[in-house]
Amino acid sequence: MKLTKLLTSAALALGMATGAMADTTKVGFVYVGPVGDGGWTYEHDKGRLAVEAEFGDAVETTYVENVAEGPDAERVMTQMALSGAKLIFTTSFGFMDPTINVAKKFPNVKFEHATGYKTADNVSVYSARFYEGRAIQGTIAGRMTKSNVIGYIGSFPIPEVIRGINSAYIHAKKVNPDVTFKIVWVYTWFDPAKETDAAKALIEQGADVILQHTDSTSVLTAAAEAGNVIGFGQASDMAEYADGPRVSSIIDNWAPYYIERTRAVIDGTWETVNTWDGIGRGMVGIGEITDKVPADVKAEALALKASIASGEYHPFTGPINKQDGSVWLKDGETADDGTLAGMGFYVEGIEGDIPS
Amino acid sequence: MDLTSINPVLLVASLMVAATPILLAAIGELVVEKAGVLNLGVEGMMIIGAVSGFAIAVETGSPLLGFIAAAVGGALLSLLFVFLTQVALANQVASGLALTLFGLGFSALIGQSYVGIRPPATGQLNIPFLSELDVVGPILFSHDLVLYLSIAIVAAVWYMLKFTRAGLILRAVGENHDAAHALGYKVVRIRIMAIMFGGACAGLGGAYISLVRVPQWTEGMTAGIGWIALALVVFASWKPWRVLLGAYLFGGVTVVQLNLQAAGVAIPVEYLAMSPYLITIIVLVILSKDKSSAPASLGRIFHASH
Amino acid sequence: MIMLEKRPQPSRVWSMATPLVAVLATMFFGGLLFMVLGKNPVEAIKTIFYEPLFGEFAFYYRPQLLVKGAPLVLIAIGLSLGFKAGIWNIGAEGQYIVGALVGAGVGLAFYPLEAWYVFPLMVIGGAFGGWAWAMIPALLKVRFGTNEILVSLMLVYVAEQFLASMSLGLMKNPDGFGFPGSRNLNDYASANSWISQDTGMHWGVVAAFIAVIFSYILLNRHMLGFHIRLTGEAPRAAKFAGVNPKRLVVFVLGMSGALAGLAGLFEVAGPSGQISLNFNVGYGFTAIIVAFLGRLHPVGILLAGGLMALTYIGGEIAQSNLGLPASAIQVFQGMLLFFLLAVDILTNYRLRLSAGKVA
Repeated sequence: MKLTKLLTSAALALGMATGAMADTTKVGFVYVGPVGDGGWTYEHDKGRLAVEAEFGDAVETTYVENVAEGPDAERVMTQMALSGAKLIFTTSFGFMDPTINVAKKFPNVKFEHATGYKTADNVSVYSARFYEGRAIQGTIAGRMTKSNVIGYIGSFPIPEVIRGINSAYIHAKKVNPDVTFKIVWVYTWFDPAKETDAAKALIEQGADVILQHTDSTSVLTAAAEAGNVIGFGQASDMAEYADGPRVSSIIDNWAPYYIERTRAVIDGTWETVNTWDGIGRGMVGIGEITDKVPADVKAEALALKASIASGEYHPFTGPINKQDGSVWLKDGETADDGTLAGMGFYVEGIEGDIPS
Repeated sequence: MDLTSINPVLLVASLMVAATPILLAAIGELVVEKAGVLNLGVEGMMIIGAVSGFAIAVETGSPLLGFIAAAVGGALLSLLFVFLTQVALANQVASGLALTLFGLGFSALIGQSYVGIRPPATGQLNIPFLSELDVVGPILFSHDLVLYLSIAIVAAVWYMLKFTRAGLILRAVGENHDAAHALGYKVVRIRIMAIMFGGACAGLGGAYISLVRVPQWTEGMTAGIGWIALALVVFASWKPWRVLLGAYLFGGVTVVQLNLQAAGVAIPVEYLAMSPYLITIIVLVILSKDKSSAPASLGRIFHASH
Repeated sequence: MIMLEKRPQPSRVWSMATPLVAVLATMFFGGLLFMVLGKNPVEAIKTIFYEPLFGEFAFYYRPQLLVKGAPLVLIAIGLSLGFKAGIWNIGAEGQYIVGALVGAGVGLAFYPLEAWYVFPLMVIGGAFGGWAWAMIPALLKVRFGTNEILVSLMLVYVAEQFLASMSLGLMKNPDGFGFPGSRNLNDYASANSWISQDTGMHWGVVAAFIAVIFSYILLNRHMLGFHIRLTGEAPRAAKFAGVNPKRLVVFVLGMSGALAGLAGLFEVAGPSGQISLNFNVGYGFTAIIVAFLGRLHPVGILLAGGLMALTYIGGEIAQSNLGLPASAIQVFQGMLLFFLLAVDILTNYRLRLSAGKVA
């Protein structure tokens, strides 16, 4: 017998067995990093715990952490499906092809892949519009900077990160036409020491606001040391720095989505969706804006947040030109999701090239 | 591109901080290797130091106690290596790798409840007049105490190896353990002490990351620095002051490349990111004329039965 | 007082028995660890060692052992040649990456041409990439006397940057909406290393077995193998025996590089499928451990690779089924290595009670 058939029949038999025995729904989570990374995986695991808290005994969650992207991921997903998981969240872009492969073998198991673009009958994708949060950061940054130099620490030059840079830049420029961005790529998702060095380099070169697209708090520490520099929490709230440089934050909040999707599986109403939620549906949270920010700036930022949340304002609304001066969005035109998803260019005014 | 925005004084000051964990770990490993032992478990001992230093500093509120705990933690872990290589006479390369694997896992287990906590701040030297000096101030007189300690350790190791009897014995053991044994030196005992010193230094280096450089605990936060430290010892051809030079050079290239990026220099970023490693290789080739070589007994197993 | 006394000859009985002793000791102490973590120790141990081999879903896990073990064995065989001769290539991770990049690059260059010769050319490309990357430390060592440990290690980091740059730039999937990562070679029939996905068989598995046999013959039946061993055990004697140390360095580093490059190519064209930012998962470093666990012996390496693969796969099952953290599995693997290394002493030494003093 072919393995695929074996797998399917094993899963079916198991599904019947467990279905008859108990009515707990098993939900699996595949993590790319350790739950103790204090950033990306840490926040996904918070979402998992929220699912447990919400459903109690009706749901059993399992997770495997530190799963390498590739064959290991495929095996872990298969293993979860075999042991009776009905819903599996795969929480890294690199899990995309493995998720699709495994989903083919288990048509009765639902899969949810974070940050990818491939869907199937039993595979949904979900992602967060972090660039909405970046717009608010950019506004605060543009208002707060005295040196008019804003430092930006990027991980890898991928659309997700470039989108954030563009959004922050557009909104900083809007409130402060003199602003310039200094961008440093560290080519790593996780190296606290290197992130610190990058932050210091930016501060030494005159940046007094640091935005980061890497997950550790090391950037805030460097800012605290420098004194009159501010920064933002990334991925988690990083509220422990609220008395220091952290003036606000972008929080990944997966809990509502995870709860909603788990409920859909329990109720039998699960359907393939392509979710890209932002501030409005609570997937992107804005951490408390501290008193370091003047009241009028805070009010401005909160108003922007409200108008984004209600859908009244889109952070990428024309007129916006590309870096080379060509027109990207005409006056009043808003960016379509396709272009945003694969964004590979800077907007006009940002100096330097995107490494490729 | 605006190179004038790079401030060389601040650059030097921050590269010293960047280099200190590597320096501490490397100077410890230098002593270990001088004694004829190759311990590839530096990364494991560093991360154990990072987590134990962090935990104790948070629990007691004292960074000083944290650093002491880190040294003790690193030394304790190195005892596992001692048992394998000095008692059970196992292969040192494999034992060191096992130590790293074990240390990474074990630190993550201990550290579970310390994620997302901010440790107490480590004090910085602030001498009223000297620290405010223009160029010398930021470079020489306004760091934390562990940074000065790391330089002091380098000086002490240099002095010990060069001018003391203990240093002579240590080198003898590393060059030819059979001859040293015949002369009546306790080869195994000396090596155990050297390995524990190496462990303590690596532990300190780890804690410097978790308490000073990054102030936080996250799994795997040493991110390969232990391996760089190992490479540095070879790079320095087992000379203490060259370890210092090498650490500052390596830290320096990393800091400079980030500064160049921030200044908008149009060199492709990925090549800048590679540069610390490439430059290390190039310097190594240049230095290769220096024929001072590894301790002759490095990595070889000693047993007193013959 | 207990004394160690060197055996005149390594004990055959103990060399067979020690791995078993080590595994049993690991089960015991690992069980204690799991108990401290609040898990049922018997269940945990059973999950790790028994489940993948004979459990309910063994039909799926057994092939996976091949997938996980093959690259480890392939790389470790190459490394063992060098280690035997006292030449320390610890940069196999870099050679693995470059082999995969070159091999996949060849394949992607032909896309979408379907022809029988695409895959063989990729294999050559993979071996060449790994070989060329290993030639850097080899030639620098031969020409300038630089240390190969350091150079090969540094080149790992350089290779990782290349990998990042390739998956974001040149090799980025043109149909991938700007996301990083290359095309998936599993969707390109001519560039695929799978023989049968159901049984876990791909050409990398075949290559690993061939490498084991080849290395066994080389070391035991061939003059070159004798030279390798001689150089490691008695470098001076080797010189008198007419060994050219420079040529030996070039040969063993090139060989281990080529095998690591092959492992990378088979992985990217099969189980992994694509070049991506995090394509490498540390096989090159784990293989060093595998080489030593296997006592640098081809058959030993085969068994050690299997054992490592087992603890990886069993460890994943234990994480998901029992909620053990990944770090506990890592500690468990560390323990296994410690015990395997520690008990080996019984092969070469015997314990004796005596009144004498210890050195």
